[in-house]
Amino acid sequence: MANLEVTIGKTKLKNPVLTASGTFGYGEEFEDFLNIDELGGIIVKATTASHREGNKPPRMAETASGMLNSVGLQNKGVDYFIGHIYPRIQKYKTCLFVNVAGSTVDEYVEVAEKLNDLTNLAGIELNISCPNVKKGGMSFGTHPETTRQVVKSVRKVYSKTLVVKLSPNVTGITEFALIAQDEGADSISLINTLLGMAIDIKSKKPVLSTITGGLSGPAVKPVALRMVWQCSKVVEIPVIGIGGIMNATDAIEFMLAGASAIQVGTANFIDPCVSVKICQDLEKYLNLNNISSISDLVGTLDDSS
Amino acid sequence: MAKKRIEELEIVNYEYLNKEYFTLELKSNRKLPDIHPGQFVELRINGHHHVFLRRPFSFHDINTGKNTFTLLIQIVGQGTSDLSRIRAGDTLNTIYPLGNSFTIPENGNYLLVGGGCGVAPLLLLARKLLQFNNTVHFLIGTKTKNDLIEIDLYKQLGNVNITTEDGSEGEKGFVIHHPVLWDESIEFDGIYTCGPEDMMKAISKYALKRGINCEVSLENMMACGIGACLCCVTETIKGNVCVCTEGPVFNSGDLKWQI
Repeated sequence: MANLEVTIGKTKLKNPVLTASGTFGYGEEFEDFLNIDELGGIIVKATTASHREGNKPPRMAETASGMLNSVGLQNKGVDYFIGHIYPRIQKYKTCLFVNVAGSTVDEYVEVAEKLNDLTNLAGIELNISCPNVKKGGMSFGTHPETTRQVVKSVRKVYSKTLVVKLSPNVTGITEFALIAQDEGADSISLINTLLGMAIDIKSKKPVLSTITGGLSGPAVKPVALRMVWQCSKVVEIPVIGIGGIMNATDAIEFMLAGASAIQVGTANFIDPCVSVKICQDLEKYLNLNNISSISDLVGTLDDSS
Repeated sequence: MAKKRIEELEIVNYEYLNKEYFTLELKSNRKLPDIHPGQFVELRINGHHHVFLRRPFSFHDINTGKNTFTLLIQIVGQGTSDLSRIRAGDTLNTIYPLGNSFTIPENGNYLLVGGGCGVAPLLLLARKLLQFNNTVHFLIGTKTKNDLIEIDLYKQLGNVNITTEDGSEGEKGFVIHHPVLWDESIEFDGIYTCGPEDMMKAISKYALKRGINCEVSLENMMACGIGACLCCVTETIKGNVCVCTEGPVFNSGDLKWQI
């Protein structure tokens, strides 16, 4: 029986499959379709210090093999999460992470501090890369200094597993991977969405109310794979791969490229059961190929010329 | 509400009503769950790489004896066009039943207003209202008489009033112009409406002025259909809520429409 366990920071995941923030709600939305306890982990949607309404509709546009979104971090704020949502979802026997977003360093710190007290929370994923919010978000993750500032400040107040989710909308992703590692991140996850746009020729207007939005789905996989490969070469901390993963084959590609774990995002919209299917198919793959441990796959891409 | 399912449903029948509209009858191998008027399904359409997301359709009719339900589909783009080329015996991967439903009172007199493919949920709604000893009137608006579909079916359930923009059938103009709305001798206990947003706003305004309850069914662009992604939100007095879970049916008074 193959061993699917993966260790990310201080957290041991039963398997390398997590669900991406913003695509799996708080888990409860998917209870009718699968057994959440089978997953390695779930990352609940971006949580900010105070309630946010998010952007005006239209917030999404379908694209070839993907979609654009500009949801704009709609959430009821960290206090509501702690008081009303966490008590219900802490029962899941999977590792729970919260994606943390903010417009200022202080806001990130406030949220991280409050979440630090939650016993059944495995860790947080720092969202420095959301491309939709005008103030903050994208501006943090595309500048080395602000990235450094946020990670350093949050690390001071958050003692459990700290994952930093990188933005792909930069010229050199490895620089940001190294900054996150330097400032004490336990892991990096990449990629967040790519900045894109869609136009309606009938109205001659952009489809999204915010004009630009984040691209996700199979369309981004080649870019995500490339970035995971590049970052895995320069950091020692585990890398979590995200970007258009629709099945176990995609997941294995990311692991060969260097990812110790992966996140399934947009695929959940097409098939609500996909995340658990990937867990099961990864196990089958290991057994079929007589691989004793999933970690044996990580970073074993033969990229010698 | 019934637990949501994801299933391969068999296409047992399909019928082209005209160039633009067709119905699809889908059958489950398991006993169908409780399905309420106003709810919808999300269909996976495999065909083109730019038809990536599922497509939502309201339940149009149900046949519990045959364990089937029917969808009414308007061809508006590549996804629905691909769907129109399926054949009996094919299967469709379906997530259902989704969303909330219309309120079903008893012993009243109700007006069901539909524009274009907005008529889709009104057939099932009418059947359900009749089961609870209500009477129903239909008010259907289209661009031209060729766009009128299944009128004989509606006539079996209640009075049918028609408007066409070009006057080729019924009253000329929009539904809001139809005399049935302005006839003092007719009183409605409530209105249900589904169709273009401008039409629903006009009807909601009419209902508000008369102090009548009005329920609308919205059709926002959806990604997940199950309340996880927050892409399909609409503004209500309670803030932004998902049309796929808190809707698609809303009381018009709860929406932040300037009417």
